[in-house]
Amino acid sequence: MIKIKDHNELFNQPDYQAQFERKKEFERPWPAEKVKEISDWTKTEAYKELNFKRENIKINPAKACQPLGAVFCASGFDGSMPFVQGAQGCVAYFRSHLSRHFKEPFAAISTSMTEDAAVFGGLNNMIEGMENTYTLYKPKMIAVSTTCMAEVIGDDLNAYIKTAREKGAIPEDLPVPFAHTPSFVGSHIVGYDNMLRGILKALSEGKRGEPNGKVNIIPGFDTYTGNYHEIKRLMTLMGIEFTLLADVSDTFDSPNTGEYKLYPGGTPLPDAMDAVNAIGTIALQKYSTVKTMDFIQKEWGQKALTLSPIGIKNTDAFFAELSKLTGKPVPAAIEEERGRVVDAMVDSHPYVHGKRFALVGDPDQLLGMMSLIMEMGGEPVHIVCTNGDKHFEAEANELLASSPFGVNGKVYAGKDMWHLRSLLFTEPVDILIGNSYAKFLTRDTGTPLIRIGFPLFDRHHLHRYPIIGYQGALNLITMLVNTILDELDRSTIDTTSFDVIR
Amino acid sequence: MRQIAIYGKGGIGKSTTTQNLVAALAEAGRKCMIIGCDPKADSTRLILNRKMQNTVMDMAREKGTVEDLDLDEVLLTGFKGIRCAESGGPEPGVGCAGRGVITAINFLEENGAYGDDTEFIFYDVLGDVVCGGFAMPIREGKAKEIYIVTSGEMMAMYAANNISRGVLKYAQSGGVRLGGLICNSRKTDMEFELISELASKLGTQMIHFVPRDNEVQRAELRRKTVIDYAPDHPQADEYRELARKIADNKNFVIPTPITMDELERLLMDYGIMEKEEAA
Repeated sequence: MIKIKDHNELFNQPDYQAQFERKKEFERPWPAEKVKEISDWTKTEAYKELNFKRENIKINPAKACQPLGAVFCASGFDGSMPFVQGAQGCVAYFRSHLSRHFKEPFAAISTSMTEDAAVFGGLNNMIEGMENTYTLYKPKMIAVSTTCMAEVIGDDLNAYIKTAREKGAIPEDLPVPFAHTPSFVGSHIVGYDNMLRGILKALSEGKRGEPNGKVNIIPGFDTYTGNYHEIKRLMTLMGIEFTLLADVSDTFDSPNTGEYKLYPGGTPLPDAMDAVNAIGTIALQKYSTVKTMDFIQKEWGQKALTLSPIGIKNTDAFFAELSKLTGKPVPAAIEEERGRVVDAMVDSHPYVHGKRFALVGDPDQLLGMMSLIMEMGGEPVHIVCTNGDKHFEAEANELLASSPFGVNGKVYAGKDMWHLRSLLFTEPVDILIGNSYAKFLTRDTGTPLIRIGFPLFDRHHLHRYPIIGYQGALNLITMLVNTILDELDRSTIDTTSFDVIR
Repeated sequence: MRQIAIYGKGGIGKSTTTQNLVAALAEAGRKCMIIGCDPKADSTRLILNRKMQNTVMDMAREKGTVEDLDLDEVLLTGFKGIRCAESGGPEPGVGCAGRGVITAINFLEENGAYGDDTEFIFYDVLGDVVCGGFAMPIREGKAKEIYIVTSGEMMAMYAANNISRGVLKYAQSGGVRLGGLICNSRKTDMEFELISELASKLGTQMIHFVPRDNEVQRAELRRKTVIDYAPDHPQADEYRELARKIADNKNFVIPTPITMDELERLLMDYGIMEKEEAA
């Protein structure tokens, strides 16, 4: 039998090690002392100042691009095929990025624009792409977004889609919503927003009728499939009829039946079409739904609330508003849940109290985490949000000012993980919270990492556990306190304080 | 709210004509806005009495991203309350001016620049419809009517015909229509007849014949429209007439562009080519 070594083992073999040594001769690396000298310099205050003056380069920005958010959103409707007008490599990236996070296959179409399309415009790619998609994959809806290439040459999606219909590439009545999603502005959360607005606009047209008494829930760019299951459970407990707008839970968390389904589920189109007749819409994220909520308020004339239920206070506010909107009381079962989580917080807070945190991620998730950490007596110190704007910065500062635990906090909108690296050296913290890419900060600075956010490539199943609602708060508290305790064990391992009881 | 796009060959006088006719509309109490879609950013100079300093793209470049821009930084008010914005864009030979137009129009729309009480929005668009970016103003939901500025010179007519071809494509898929040709006279032979005939071949009308007058030049040197600089001059009345005709226009068509051969024949029919050959 041949033993196959994976690369973790393979490259440690003497042959490879010798080869790496020999390569150094040709690669002419700097002497080890010089490397150490520069490495030490990057940990200084002086370097931090230079680093924060940096203008023309981003290093490890904590964001993805608009069309990634758009295809993610588009996949949350039943029978919907995400369709991207643009170059092929971009779509390969969205698919692999999502697959690596969820460990699930992900289908999306590219119109494979090449040089001639860049010169003559992508109309033919659109028409042929539509025809192929419809013929081969029989979608109930094709949701179109764009890559940079189509945006730079100014492809007019609206006109192209009309032409594709006229030429018979797709039937007259097939819903084909669209969103222009240039990657050179905004981030995945803006792309999500643009696509969702496009979809709701297209599906709701001419569908206004009798009020249906339901509540629409928009999760936003939320990659926690556990959150989708949790919100469904909570709404059912409340006894409220609801429609999840962009329900991606089946797409990224479908049961293994041994059979591949191209369209595993998602919000049924008739439900999405009827969303215009709901009594109100609640978005669970603010910064990934700005345009959509504006549209719902203005065009649908609905009550549009943004309530992000991460942490106890935010979840309380969510149920209070939900109860006000629907007239339904919060059932005892949910109140008991809350009580149990508060009890857990009391158990754990001595370990979290006074601990310093650095956080990097998307705006809404950061605001939720800051709130929860301060509820536990922890101190958010560095808050880095690459895709945060001035509105986020103001809101985050307001949140910090609302608690005595926020006094040491500073918000860095538009900054990246290399900025955060400097901060972690000059003003160290106890815990770092971020996505998988933040592990490089842990390697460099030794700060323990709690993986929360997107993408999470290097740990399994984290996205299956909710982080919203009281149950979500419990999951977050568990991660928080146990990481702190792991660290405590590590730092006391050879002392009398290496205690079996914590 | 009527959204109107002005196209035409480079240097034909689109910006001058647009600003004068908008000044005439504003003088008559109409609420107007001009959006310059040209990296040269000279579509609002006569209304603001100075060259626009803060184009959308300049400000975006300064701030690093268009998302950090505030509307009041790029939206200025000039003569008789006319609101002005310029897309701006790259120096000649670099970058992508068309993308600049898309970015600027998106920014203005999303930030509510058009307001609720605006009656007329004019897009002054660079030269030909050369790329997707320069067709942005005539996409669905934006300008529904187009006027082409031309003169009796062959290349200006050639450009007018070409633009009609672009309009045709957008007219078929969207709702945009051609409202007429504006003849900005260069005093070429039989100019009035020639452009009237070209207009009828394109299925439209010559909505107005603006005679050539040096007063326009004098006003421009003072960074003013004729309406502003010499309101009693007969040339000001020409622009008032053009403004009235556009405001009252009901004649909107899908253009019927002609072939190059037909265009040459048209010039021969009016004796222009022959005469030059004979001379």
